[in-house]
Amino acid sequence: MLPTPSTSHVSFDRVYEPAEDSFLLLDTISSSTEVAFLKDRFSNATTHPPLVLEVGVGSGVVLAFVAGNADNIFGRHDVLTLGTDINRFACQAASQTVQTAIASSAQPSVFLDVVNGDLASSIRHQSVDVFIFNPPYVPAELPDFSRHDSYNALPAGKKATTFEQDSYLLELSYAGGEDGMVVTNRMLAQIPEILSPNGIAYVLLCAQNKPEDVKKNIRSWGPGWLAETVGSSGKKAGWEKLQIVRIWRQTSG
Amino acid sequence: MKLLTLNFLTCAIKTCKGSPASFPLHPRDSELEIIETDINLPFLKNILPRLTWDAVRTISTELGLPELPATAPTREDLVEPSSTSEDDAEEVPTQVAKDLHRLLLETCVKEGKLVCGCCEHEYQVKEGVANFLLPGHLV
Repeated sequence: MLPTPSTSHVSFDRVYEPAEDSFLLLDTISSSTEVAFLKDRFSNATTHPPLVLEVGVGSGVVLAFVAGNADNIFGRHDVLTLGTDINRFACQAASQTVQTAIASSAQPSVFLDVVNGDLASSIRHQSVDVFIFNPPYVPAELPDFSRHDSYNALPAGKKATTFEQDSYLLELSYAGGEDGMVVTNRMLAQIPEILSPNGIAYVLLCAQNKPEDVKKNIRSWGPGWLAETVGSSGKKAGWEKLQIVRIWRQTSG
Repeated sequence: MKLLTLNFLTCAIKTCKGSPASFPLHPRDSELEIIETDINLPFLKNILPRLTWDAVRTISTELGLPELPATAPTREDLVEPSSTSEDDAEEVPTQVAKDLHRLLLETCVKEGKLVCGCCEHEYQVKEGVANFLLPGHLV
């Protein structure tokens, strides 16, 4: 088993705490089938270093896991990691999580930054080789974004966040609107734009997201697009509570 | 925020994406800091084809850093010839490699703005974190 990054410095009052969904991502990405798949695509040491982008990094545990174990997962340690989060406090926390994981790695990879943004809206097209997304997937009303600016920083002249502010920031990490799919659908629409021709995406879904419909929809993006469940947890009466869908394009020839 | 990160970022406004002027974003009023990290020579050799060298040059000039050559260094430029080896760990970086490492991975924008060449929108960088969130009317 590969080591799980430390997140002991993160304040879980306002940044999503690693939970079953985060750990399912770690287990799936480091599973023997996914490691074989990733090595097959990216291990050739003379090709360009793969760029791993995680949107909504939260504590940074998933991105740090990839950065700290790049050699085991990709068969190379010149892997680049980049993150985004809508919550500025998460950006700072995750940055530290990734740096700590790299510092304790025998084969350090290369961390870029965590930028504060909406999904992947600031990412250059066709630049991402491996995309990871643990969305706000719970069917619950979306938070009121009109307060985002004021809640995304410490209140003026204060050294601590308020309770309302913390509640808002945590809501961002889980509330997904109708079917829990409002944010995920916006993200899925960006995936064909940001992925490199060889790029792949891992997206976590819960049962209420209607994962079979989601996969069917992805396969209709155009010729060559594939979507398969490659990891799952919390089986209950034949239903997977959580699953990881891998999205990729069949490479021609 | 590292200068290499700018190689993968663009303006967040949808209508700018098609315009070549939306890349690279232009640093303005920047306060830089050096944050040292270990050099990763295999990485530097492999990242060369992924760099948009003209953009790296533009950013470097705009930050008032020493002028870069017109063309990107080659893999060979980065490794001391006497140390060339099958085993990456044996290879010794040249001054060119050390300078490239310093520029791309150690030179960071601590405070300042990133400006889109297409729509002129300014993105703030505070305490090293760039903010690409748009006001409601621009989304």
